[in-house]
Amino acid sequence: MSQLLEVNNLRVQFRVKSSMASWLQKSESPFIDAVRDVSFKIKEGETFTLVGESGSGKSTLANAVVGLLPTASGSINFMGDDVTQMPDKQLMAYRKQISMMWQNPTGSLSPRMQVGDAITEPYKIHNLSDRDKQQEAKRLLNLVGLSARFQDRYPHQLSGGQARRVGVARALALNPKLIVADEPTAGLDVSVQGEILNLLNRLQDDLGVSLFVITHNLNIVRHISDRTAIMYLGRFVEEGPTDDIFVNPHHPYTLALLSANPEVTNVGALERIALKGEVPSLMHRPSGCEFHTRCPFAQELCATVAPVGIDFGFEYSATCHYPR
Amino acid sequence: MSKATDNVLSIRNLSIDYATQEGSLKALRNVDLDIPKGQIVGVVGESGCGKSTLISSIIQLMANNAKTTSGTVFFEGEDLLTMSPTKLKSLRGQRMSIVFQDPMSTLNPVLTIGKQMVDIQYRDKRSKSQKRQRSADMLAQVGIPDPASRLNQYPHEFSGGMQQRISIAMALQAQPALLIADEPTTALDATLEVQIIDMLKELQSSIGCSILFISHHLGVIAELCNQVVVMYAGEIVEQGPVSRVFKSPKHPYTQKLLECDPASIAKKTRNLPTIEGEIPNLSDLPAGCIFTSRCHKKTAQCEELKPKRHAVTQGATEKHFVTCHLESL
Ligand SMILES: Nc1ncnc2c1ncn2[C@@H]1O[C@H](COP(=O)(O)OP(=O)(O)OP(=O)(O)O)[C@@H](O)[C@H]1O
Ligand SMILES: Nc1ncnc2c1ncn2[C@@H]1O[C@H](COP(=O)(O)OP(=O)(O)OP(=O)(O)O)[C@@H](O)[C@H]1O
Ligand code: SF4
Ligand SMILES: [Mg+2]
Ligand SMILES: [Mg+2]
Repeated sequence: MSQLLEVNNLRVQFRVKSSMASWLQKSESPFIDAVRDVSFKIKEGETFTLVGESGSGKSTLANAVVGLLPTASGSINFMGDDVTQMPDKQLMAYRKQISMMWQNPTGSLSPRMQVGDAITEPYKIHNLSDRDKQQEAKRLLNLVGLSARFQDRYPHQLSGGQARRVGVARALALNPKLIVADEPTAGLDVSVQGEILNLLNRLQDDLGVSLFVITHNLNIVRHISDRTAIMYLGRFVEEGPTDDIFVNPHHPYTLALLSANPEVTNVGALERIALKGEVPSLMHRPSGCEFHTRCPFAQELCATVAPVGIDFGFEYSATCHYPR
Repeated sequence: MSKATDNVLSIRNLSIDYATQEGSLKALRNVDLDIPKGQIVGVVGESGCGKSTLISSIIQLMANNAKTTSGTVFFEGEDLLTMSPTKLKSLRGQRMSIVFQDPMSTLNPVLTIGKQMVDIQYRDKRSKSQKRQRSADMLAQVGIPDPASRLNQYPHEFSGGMQQRISIAMALQAQPALLIADEPTTALDATLEVQIIDMLKELQSSIGCSILFISHHLGVIAELCNQVVVMYAGEIVEQGPVSRVFKSPKHPYTQKLLECDPASIAKKTRNLPTIEGEIPNLSDLPAGCIFTSRCHKKTAQCEELKPKRHAVTQGATEKHFVTCHLESL
């Protein structure tokens, strides 16, 4: 498989204070790093999943990858070209090859646009007026398991799950090379969720499309993904082949995350690793290992010295002084 | 008339239609549901089966094209369907509060979080700075770091999961008798999800409120709830104690639903189980059982005759009901 996307040392910042305020408060920077020093690769036809703490920068990373957020430093190479350096015109061509499925399904649909128009809107945006919109809308709705009668509905007339399927249909319109899906199955029952994931898998098998999936649903990660990264405070703390991570996670945060997954079958049987303390603020990153304030296995060293990534081979690494 | 007082909420024969271009869409039909005091009741079911519609009726904030065609909804002994708008308004946010599936539907995008959290305490006599402090404490309780300074930020400056936790914090501020939560943990990571579940359990036991909890995450329902209600295409098909329903599901839909849970599939698969077929058109309902078109166990009578509700366990204190012909023997 050849490389489709390669992200190197990416940093994405948000301004959280005016420069004046931060000047008055001396040392404090007006920026936070929502994504810091993130590197990863996605091969053609591969599924890469990103899991992690809520607020850890997953959506920010996704938005930067699709070219919707300015980056502070680092590079995003897509088939050899650096997205962060692209002129607008080239960026437009890039965006045609990737599709984004948004985290908030109803909110990302325009309230006054009917479903049929919404899912064929990408044709309009990219000046592909030769397509038969009616026919295409039917085809796309059918792909995501909604009948053609949904064409005339407005977003507020859809259930949460139906709105999400409309989002999938829209993402499929332009036959993208990479689909970036932010929580593609949140709000779906397990059966419809299975349908959507089988659909994405089928598209991958048939068209070789790559998937970059962000999710909190650990149960699906195990089934759909080739590689997984775990994010904490804007950084990857562990990254590797999904199967290995689920069998033998190395980073304490990954361990805590995987052990927290509630399941129907073994209620109460899980040995849960509770995290102490509060989620640190991006404005005041902890010293040393940024996870040390909550880590059940932290030692003295962790509070002062930042760990470097340990390579376990097979493109598997974790950033911890005392990996499990 | 006062209904059984040990139920905070008691719904009888509730039916709701939506007016659409194709005629009326029968989103809920003849729903009976009790929420006992101090209990956590979970609702599961296919997307589009009417869970949010049910909630919109309980809080009486329904879509413009919605119409209640039958039924009663008793809350603390009074029918919400015939209550005056003023009275309803004072109930909401006080005796009854809600966390929505989409946190941005509760949060105002143009006001800071602090302003919104102080505003909802308008009934309170405390000073503004005390109210701000209380808001910051609530934020800390749901795990938002730097709560005091984050009160000055706007909703879009928080991540999806943080917005959801803020809306949970706002719903809890009132210490309600009934907390309604429509998929409140969907946007949260597993450690936070567990934290919120523990928080809800704690709140439930400390202020003794009841919770109506909607989720597609079957593991969360199993861990949090006492009772579970299974809905399909606008009807309740099975209900009972969580342990019993999840361990020995009686309705073919419940059985299928549990089989589809990817958590229960040990071996890695790229082809996840699904329930074949489509949900019936709610504007043109089948004559017999609502699940017939997708049921793997159907018999001839299922196509023609509506099944009745049956008690699975005779005489047990914790009732388990199912609506299926197979159980009528
Ligand atoms: N426009 C913005 N301005 C300022 N801060 C922002 C903005 N957008 C996001 N942030 C902050 O950046 C951090 C990362 O947010 P992001 O939405 O990427 O998280 P996430 O990992 O997707 O979380 P979730 O799982 O809850 O969706 C958070 O601390 C958030 O508050
Ligand atoms: N305002 C409306 N007008 C017409 N139909 C509607 C309206 N709101 C909801 N519906 C339809 O009513 C049915 C029930 O919707 P509801 O939102 O209650 O489902 P839900 O169980 O909450 O689904 P989800 O799990 O996807 O959130 C769906 O078929 C939906 O399309
Ligand atoms: S009533 Fe009949 S058709 Fe309906 S679910 Fe039960 S067995 Fe299947
Ligand atoms: Mg996000
Ligand atoms: Mg809903």
